[in-house]
Parts: sequence; C-alpha cells; structure tokens
Amino acid sequence: MATESKEYTMPDAGARAAQASEEFETEKLELSMGPSHPSTHGVLRLNLELDGEIIQKCDPVLGYLHRGDEKIAENMTYNQFVPYTDRLDYLAPLANNAIYAMAVEKLTGIEVPERCQAIRVLTSEMARISAHLLGLGAYTMDVGALTVFMITFTEREKLYTLFEELTGARFTTSYSRIGGVTRDMPEGWTDRVLTFCEEFLPLLDDVESLLSRNRVFVDRTADIGVISKEDAIAYGLTGPNARASGVDLDLRRDAPYSGYEKYDFEVVLGENGDCYDRYLVRMEEMRQSVRIIRQAIDKMPEGPYRAEDAKKIILPHKDKTLTSMEELIQNFMITTEGPQIPAGEVYFEGEAPKGALGFFIHSKGGGVPYRMKIRGPSFCNLSILPKLCVGSMVSDIPSILGSFDFVMGECDR
Amino acid sequence: MELTDIAIKSIYAIVVVSVLMGFCSYAVLAERKISSWIQGRVGPNRTTLPIIGSIPYVGRFLTRLGVFQPAADGLKFLFKEDVTPAHVNKLYFTLAPVLSLVPALTTVVVVPFGYFENAAGEVVNLVLADLNVAILFLFAISSLGVYGVVLAGWASNSKYPFLGGIRASAQMISYELAMGISVLPVFMWLNAPGTDGTLSLVDVVNAQGGALWNAMWMPGSFLIFVVCIFAETNRLPFDMAESETELVSGFHTEYSSFKFGLFFVGEYAHMLVGSAVVAVLFLGGWHPLPFMTWADFGVHGWLAGVLSVGTMIGKLCGFMFFFMWIRWTLPRFRYDQVMRIGWQMLLPLSIANLIVYTFVIYFLERP
Repeated sequence: MATESKEYTMPDAGARAAQASEEFETEKLELSMGPSHPSTHGVLRLNLELDGEIIQKCDPVLGYLHRGDEKIAENMTYNQFVPYTDRLDYLAPLANNAIYAMAVEKLTGIEVPERCQAIRVLTSEMARISAHLLGLGAYTMDVGALTVFMITFTEREKLYTLFEELTGARFTTSYSRIGGVTRDMPEGWTDRVLTFCEEFLPLLDDVESLLSRNRVFVDRTADIGVISKEDAIAYGLTGPNARASGVDLDLRRDAPYSGYEKYDFEVVLGENGDCYDRYLVRMEEMRQSVRIIRQAIDKMPEGPYRAEDAKKIILPHKDKTLTSMEELIQNFMITTEGPQIPAGEVYFEGEAPKGALGFFIHSKGGGVPYRMKIRGPSFCNLSILPKLCVGSMVSDIPSILGSFDFVMGECDR
Repeated sequence: MELTDIAIKSIYAIVVVSVLMGFCSYAVLAERKISSWIQGRVGPNRTTLPIIGSIPYVGRFLTRLGVFQPAADGLKFLFKEDVTPAHVNKLYFTLAPVLSLVPALTTVVVVPFGYFENAAGEVVNLVLADLNVAILFLFAISSLGVYGVVLAGWASNSKYPFLGGIRASAQMISYELAMGISVLPVFMWLNAPGTDGTLSLVDVVNAQGGALWNAMWMPGSFLIFVVCIFAETNRLPFDMAESETELVSGFHTEYSSFKFGLFFVGEYAHMLVGSAVVAVLFLGGWHPLPFMTWADFGVHGWLAGVLSVGTMIGKLCGFMFFFMWIRWTLPRFRYDQVMRIGWQMLLPLSIANLIVYTFVIYFLERP
C-alpha cells in the first residue's frame, strides 16, 4: 500500500516570509511613502504597513493636489474652464481639451465640422503618444533604467515643438473651444507631424530592444502587480491598465466620438494583467496612435475648423468684430456671458491616454455650468492599490506605480 | 627599516592616496559625462575658473569638458550646512561615513600599480606593501566597508535608512562568499604543486606576464568576480542599499554636506579599488598584451615604470567605464532577486568553477 505523502510545494520568498511572520510574533513597520517621494509621481502618499520588506497593508492617501476644479467650474464660463482641463492630466492636455469640449457640445447638440473632428483626433493621438512616452520613461526610471527616460523625453520635446506650432503653448495648450478649436493647423504642420512619426517608430523599437527582453526588467515587472480581468472590471479600471488585464474596452471603438469610427486601428489587449503587460500595451498603443495619426493626416477634410453657424456658442472671427455690428455684439456677449448652453444634464466620456475621462455637466442654461463632475481615470485606476500592493515587496511599489502611469493632477482635480 | 625607507614609504603612501582621491573626484565627473553621453545630453559644461577659464580655446575647451566641476562639487560638500538630525545617534552617525571611506583607502596599500627597473637593473614593484597574504588582507579590509553602510542605516534612526542598512548588510555578506570562492582558482594556479606558496598580488601579475591572462582561461571566475564587485560596491543593478526610487536615498538619506561627501567619495574609491583588483587578478595587471610583457617590447628602466603604470591605469579606467556603462543601461534588481542570485546562482557556480579548476590545475603542468 502506497503511503500518502503531502504534496511538497516551494513557496516563493514572499510567501515564506509571510508564513514565518505568522509563526513568530514580529513588530510591523509603519512606513509613510510620500507625499513627496521619488516613485510616487507627484503627491500620492501610501501608508504602508511592512513586515520586513513585505507589504501587509497599503493605504493610499489622496488629496494633496486638490484644487477644487469642479467647484471652480461653477464660477466661470464654459470656455474659461478649458485651461483648467489642461491641468487635469497635464501630460496630455490636448486630449482633455477635446473631450471636455465634446461633452459641452453634446449638451448643446451642435455638430462640429469634419475637419475639426479630424484635428481633434490627430491632436488626441499625439497627446496619447506624449503621455505614454512620459509614463514609459518614468516607469523605467522607477525600476532603475535611467536612460530610457532621456530617450523618451527627447521625443516628447519634438512633440512639444509641434504642439507649440499648433497652439502657441508647449505644455498647457488650451486648444479646444466649445464648437471647435482655437485655430487651424499652420501650413506644413502635418508634414512635420509625419516626419515625427517617421522618426518615432524606429526609436520605439530601440526602446523595446532595451527593455522587452531585458532580463532584469522582465524580472522586475513580470508577475508583479497582477490584476485579474474580474478585478479590473470590479474596481472600474479603464484605459491601458484595464486592457492589459484583458478587458476589451476602448471608447474610441466602443462608443466612437469625433469620427473615430472612420479610422482603422487595433485595440491592444494584454493577457496577464501584470506590470510587464501594462508596459507592452502602452508600447503597442503608441504604434496604433501613429497609425491613426497617419490616417487622420491622409484623410484630412477641407472646410471650416469650427462650427461657424453656432452663433451663440463660437466667437466671431477677430477681423470682423470691429467692423461689423452683428459680430461685435456676438463677441461681447460670448466673452462676458459665455457660450449659451441649453439647460440639461449630460455625461460624456472619451478615451484619454490614462483611461476613460468623463465630464458630467449639469446646466441650468446660460454660460456657466451649474455643477460639473469630472471622472478622472487615474483616480479610479488607483482604487485597486490597497488590494494590489498587499503581499508584494517594497521594491515592487515603484514597478506597480510606474506601470499604472497615473497623474495626480487628474486624480485629485 | 631605516629612517629613509620609512620616509620614502610615507611619501609614496601620501602620493597614492592623493592620486586615488583625485581619481575619485574625476570619476564623478566621468560618470556624469559618460551618463550624458549615453543619454544624449551634454553634461557639466559651465563651471569655470577666473583666469584659466579665459585662456582662449584651451580655457573654453576645459570648461566645456567640465574639468573644474569636481572642484566646485568638493567645495559644495565642504560649505553646505552639515545637518545632524536630532534623533540620531551622534557617535555612530559621525563614524559611519568615515568607516565607509577608510577601508577603500586602506586596501589600496596592497594593490600593485606597476614596476620599474633601477640603475642596477633590478625590478622594483610599485606597491606600498607587498604582503604575501595580500588577497586575504584585501578581502578582510574591504568587508569592513559594510560597517559604514550598516552603521549609517542604524544610527540615522529613520525608516528608509534602516531598510537600506538591512539590505546592504545582507547583500554584502552574501556576495562576499561567492567573491572569495571565485578567486580561489587564481591562487590555486599560483600555488600549484612545485611552486613557492604565495598570496601576493604582485606575483599574480608576474604569473600572467608572458602568458594568458587569467580572465581568458578562467572566464567563470572572472564573470562571477565582476558580478560580485558590482554587488560589493553597491552599484546598479545591485544598489539595494541606495535604490533611490524605493528608499529615497537608502542609508545616506539623513546625511548632508561633508558626511554625505565622504559616502559619495567612498563609493567611487571602492569602485576604483575594485577595478584595480579586477585588472590585477584577471586582466594581466600592467602587462600590455597577453603573452607579451613590456620587457618583450624592449622597454626597460624608468620608461618601463611609466608605461606599466599607464597600462594599469588604462585598464582601471576601462573597467570604470564598464561600471558606468552598466549603471546607465540596466534596471535595478529587486532585493530578493539579488539575494537569490547571490545564494542560488553565484555561490553554486563559484563552487562548481572551483572544482573544475581544481582538476584543471592538477593536470596542467606549470611552465
């Protein structure tokens, strides 16, 4: 008769340490990571309870960057709030500008011209590349590879130059207006964007060759911070973080806006939901963004770049305001009272680089919103941290936070 | 020993230590310049001196090269406010930076840097103390370096330095084992049957003269030793004690001003000594080429001294470059991965390597 033997398993270091700490009474170390800490990207604070290097409890403390954007919105006209959307996810202001304008336009019911839609798609995708590049650079810097950060920043510099040519500002672009964009694309600008795309793709391959099969990088990220598909849905994750867990959700495809249905691109999905998959998803999304940019430039329609017939919404052209009575009054009314938005409620969300950025606007008519609520994807993405960090090591915190690619400006609003 | 001997030795010691300190400060500059080269930046290019900086062409060139930057950095460390937090253990807190620098400066004593031939045609080795137990001395002293880090972490009485200190102590102890075992084949070869027993570093270099360098026929030992040197000097990808993205600055988080400067210089001094030891043990010391010595090139007398020291420094600088190259390329390991590599990979590998070379050396005949 065969004797039954217990199946022998070799738990990993973390599990063994946890087991050991159950057997011996040990003291827990309370560690306050942040709000000013190299790997918390801004002012996130994590109150950790450590057993040796193993995290027993993780308690994120938010609100260090709270500026009351939602309340501020109640005191200014719709157009005046555009600069505040720059400061939500300040790494991709162009995407925020566009999504905010689209939310108000949805409430108003105006249609922007096709050229404006294409410009918004184009700039949103450029913003996505810019945001993912920074996320990638900061992520790799957190796990210790310092050079990738410089490579990605050089590329962002080129993007910023392009943004400057388009909007007049490098960082806080404030490009959208309700009913359009501030100005048309300058001459030859699209060619320069195409040149950038041309130079950018080989560089992305370079970065990939530095990281994707780098044993140290894979060790630091693979099977770290694993989010299951169910958890990703339950905690309301969106964007690349959710897609890395296999959640097939991309608002650009599922709820097309601004003419996204006309573009051919793939929604990149991960399998394991670990830090490494989140890195891979972002890398591939940048390539897809380049695809969309090329299509947008290729099919760029002619015509007005803003809804010229929405007289109570859009400012008249400057050259007419001092020569024509009609335009002068229009200019005066819109600058003082704001664009006239009908009463009602609307919720609109679009695919920002970090995930679904949503604006809920309650209007009682007039030029000022009665209440505005912003759904910041970073905030919802971070909600999973207390669950995710437990059981991992202190050294995994930079990998996890880096792979989440959050922005506190959007988180705390 | 006569008085003149002592005087000569003392002067030589002062020269070696000051040259080493000079190298340390310029190693910092090299690190910054190399990192900026790797990253496509310019690096320090503004610091200048009033008169030298205004010499046409030369001054401008030196300024852009950042030659004056180390002096500015050193002065900065001296003149900044030396903050000693109220919650620290003052004695250990002050002792720690000293303890981390002193071993590095002490180990230099046994590292040979070259040779020259005096008027009588005798070969004189340029080494402060040609100990016959040099390698044991080296390991003994260099393992004291961990005390500086551990004391700093403990005395700071603060959480991040504490974690850094724990990591450093565990890591350095683990890697010392593999390091010690990995160099054993070299000395077994040196003490092969039919030779005089010696553990002197000068003899290691002499044994490599006119023969294959140790790195070429002991690649296993070489690789393990290099990895361990990285771990011992706390450099990326093994800078667990510092790991600035997790532990802020690790063990020296609470340090400022000159005390921090000592840690900083100590790190580079460790790197320099480590590079020198690698060059001596595995890369043929001052010999220019495998199977060739300077004497084979017909170089004798004081010229041999200059060339041998130059070769040694060249190899040292090359290895320093390797240190920096790795740092700015690779990500950092995680603490438990470092320990796993140390105990589960490097230690068994070094033991296997030792066994293989035991047989190899037994069957090889010494020329």
